[in-house]
Amino acid sequence: MSAVDVPAAISRAHHEEWARIVASLTRRFGDLDIAEEAAAEAFATAVQRWPADGVPPSPGAWLTTTASRKAIDRIRRENKRDDKQKEARLLYDDDPPEPLGAIDDERLRLIFTCCHPALAMETRVALTLRMVAGLTVPEIARAFLVQQTAMEQRITRAKAKIKVARIPYRVPSAEDLPARISGVLAVLFLVFNEGYLATGPDTDPVRHDLTAEAIRLTRLIRTLLPQDGEVAGLLALMVLIEARRVARISATGELVTLDEQDRSTWDAALIAEGHQLVRERLAAEVPPGRYQILAAINAVHTSARNVRATDWSQVVALYDQLVRLDPSPIVALNRAIAVAELDGPEVALAAIDRLEPRLDGYYLYHATRADLLRRLGRGQQSRAAYDAAIGLAGNPAEIAHLTRRRDQLG
Amino acid sequence: MQYLVSVIHDSAELATPEEMAAIDVFNDRITAEGHWVFAAGLAGPDSATVIDNRRDEAIVTDGPFLESKEYIVGFWIMEAADLDVALRLATDGSKACNRKLEVRPIL
Repeated sequence: MSAVDVPAAISRAHHEEWARIVASLTRRFGDLDIAEEAAAEAFATAVQRWPADGVPPSPGAWLTTTASRKAIDRIRRENKRDDKQKEARLLYDDDPPEPLGAIDDERLRLIFTCCHPALAMETRVALTLRMVAGLTVPEIARAFLVQQTAMEQRITRAKAKIKVARIPYRVPSAEDLPARISGVLAVLFLVFNEGYLATGPDTDPVRHDLTAEAIRLTRLIRTLLPQDGEVAGLLALMVLIEARRVARISATGELVTLDEQDRSTWDAALIAEGHQLVRERLAAEVPPGRYQILAAINAVHTSARNVRATDWSQVVALYDQLVRLDPSPIVALNRAIAVAELDGPEVALAAIDRLEPRLDGYYLYHATRADLLRRLGRGQQSRAAYDAAIGLAGNPAEIAHLTRRRDQLG
Repeated sequence: MQYLVSVIHDSAELATPEEMAAIDVFNDRITAEGHWVFAAGLAGPDSATVIDNRRDEAIVTDGPFLESKEYIVGFWIMEAADLDVALRLATDGSKACNRKLEVRPIL
């Protein structure tokens, strides 16, 4: 292999092997901190050695062996000070290598531990990105606009809590599993959304690194839990949104709404994948959960040649189904947007105005009202609503879009 | 592994007879399952006294070490294999005593 290929080989190994290595070391040594540090050291060693020695025939095995040695070195160093028992266990640890199925199971344990409900949501997100996705602490800190030291502390504190409170390293019992899976999916959807609608004045409007990472992790969960409908639903939802990424932001960095997007730039392969997943779930004939319904809505949008050709009655019917599962005002708002296309802006506006007490602080409430008022020719009220939306919006591309729409009111 | 499960409430009023009956049922169950180590109710924070004898002279202060709207009105010590088990017990315990619980590992 030529020298040029070494960085690519390391990066590929990092993508494919990081979670596996951290998971198997955590199981072997019973300590997330040791596992994380040893995995990081193994990759640092690869960066040093592979350019000269060449990429080993089985990079994963090489990295696992190297990481295990690093972990044992650290434990021996620490054991010189205390805990002779651990030393004894290590010396006699001649477990055969885990078969493939069991290793996959270990990655699942790692994910469930990082997304444990006893950890704060932001901690679950940070820990999952570090331990499962292998992002560095500075990368995670940048992604969430947090100081690096603060992110470091959050992760350190989480690892300490897992150890001291004995958060178990295992796949939850059958009775807890549905709630715990939905907890994991919530973490992944949050990572995806932060990438898709990045907040903060100095961020890129779309953080492709985060959306890509969320999709990669969801694909991994899907290979581990292929029977779970909501896992398939979330993956379908993400790829159908990701497929429109390029069309969603204009050359000048402004948000392009669905009706104005150049549909020829949508990613056909991702759309095909999403549609396939949605069809698979429909065929399962099991009542769909939230992510599956959202995926189905996005499948309707991505099946249409343009906005007018969209099957809006189907979209509204799907939102009706979603409202029954999730009666939140945000779902009602999105339903009203579809109603505007089916029954006209006046009907939609009446529905939206009822949501004011609960959504007054939400920029999309005002942005949606502004758009409907504009379509009804009520310019002055529309302008006030755009002003309210711009004041509340956090994403630079959305602010640019709302500002242009407002200024076009004349 | 043992956990301190503290009962958090904003008044030191005793449990109602219904709550007391539910707590008894819960205690019987966790005793039978081997999780019960100890349990007790506490008098209100007004009855607390803080003593600090780290320096030359013991200083006695009337009242709890921390004034707060909510405080610990009782506790369990439970034996549980891990936090998932402890949280499941505490979920049922909170329902039984009709109070908020805090779960903390004992080192």
